[in-house]
Amino acid sequence: MAQPSVVVLDYGSGNLRSAVRAVERAGASVELTSDMDAALAADGLLVPGVGAYEACMKGLREIRGERIIGRRLSGGRPVLGICVGMQILFARGVEHGVETEGCDEWPGVVERLQAPIVPHMGWNTLDVPEGTELFAGVEDERFYFVHSYGVRTWELVTNDRTKAPLVTWAEHGGDRFVAAVENGALSATQFHPEKSGDAGAALLRNWVQSLKSA
Amino acid sequence: MTLAVRVIPCLDVDGGRVVKGINFENLRDAGDPVELAKVYDREGADELTFLDISASSDARGTTMEIVSKVAEEVFIPLTVGGGVRAVADVDRLLRAGADKVGVNTAAITRPELIAEIADRFGSQVLVLSVDARRAAGTASGFEVTTHGGRQSAGIDAVEWAIRAAELGAGEILLNSMDADGTRDGFDLEMLRAVRAEVSIPVIASGGAGAAEHFAPAVDAGADAVLAASVFHFGTLRIGEVKSALAGAGHPVR
Repeated sequence: MAQPSVVVLDYGSGNLRSAVRAVERAGASVELTSDMDAALAADGLLVPGVGAYEACMKGLREIRGERIIGRRLSGGRPVLGICVGMQILFARGVEHGVETEGCDEWPGVVERLQAPIVPHMGWNTLDVPEGTELFAGVEDERFYFVHSYGVRTWELVTNDRTKAPLVTWAEHGGDRFVAAVENGALSATQFHPEKSGDAGAALLRNWVQSLKSA
Repeated sequence: MTLAVRVIPCLDVDGGRVVKGINFENLRDAGDPVELAKVYDREGADELTFLDISASSDARGTTMEIVSKVAEEVFIPLTVGGGVRAVADVDRLLRAGADKVGVNTAAITRPELIAEIADRFGSQVLVLSVDARRAAGTASGFEVTTHGGRQSAGIDAVEWAIRAAELGAGEILLNSMDADGTRDGFDLEMLRAVRAEVSIPVIASGGAGAAEHFAPAVDAGADAVLAASVFHFGTLRIGEVKSALAGAGHPVR
């Protein structure tokens, strides 16, 4: 069977090399590009992101990234956000008092973590929900985080017609925040699977393998 | 759910080769950085730190190639320091595959550099490296040094850490120039002094000589522990350090 194709969305500086290599290692053929047609055509789209929320949204808008993500999701085509690439999927971000509109795929605000030591930097355990596919086999592993902001509350609305997102939480210094989301075609992690050693590799393999059957 | 204490081997790199000096003098060659990085990854290192001590720009170019190779083969966080003087240097290192950059002397000369880097790439990429030693007559009892600990920078170490955190440093690598190379253990007093005043992560560095030296550093407030020669000359294995930390009740990966 042919390898699934993945585009790593290039919309600014930062370490994208590791993301590209990690997804290749997970069994995909990978292209690093900001080209809309390529990003729409790939089996999977990975949205990375480091640095400030506002700067990331600005970079994303410059390559029409919101539109790329939205169009993929309306067709049920997989997207994986990582770190700030996850945060920008929420309604808005507040950093240094500056409020920035996000992609609004999910409700919620990205705000500063309320912990004695910030950034939350290092390998942490997770509270992974039943039914996870992304974490299959690595539910109890530690993953590498490096961030000062997060989604600290999420009121999950469920009814007969919609399936609630599967939300994985993590905790640092008494504060609790979203560590990962699995929501149909749209998944995301606050931590860096591409920097999380073997556990991260397993998670990326789970995602890449899901692309074949998608 | 608690963060694991990070155990970080540090590789001093000159012209693409790993070296480590005792108190930064008498450098000894200790191998290929890419191979060492892979070994450390396999042994359970939580991060890697490269300190580029190259004097020439040619040699720095070689380091950039090494960073790329390591980033392509090792999937744990990589910090690279040494010779970072401008935002453009940070950009180059991140593009080569570094996750974080260490800044030292250039920030002492021009503290605004910290804010410039943090504004552009976020605090989380910036590790402020502080080479400090005991000094009578300073407010905290510790002063910042330059030139591998040989010269005083004329700044109080704790005050510098506070200022750097305010300017946007994401983490402090606190290297004791008194303890460095002695293998007698970390400078716990200095760690406690800095920990008490900053709310960003602190990495303890300098003086590690035995597995039992690491837990006291964490007790003193370190979020991570860094060592160089004890790891790459094989005096200690990463696993031994983690066992000792776990035995003292500290979470490890």
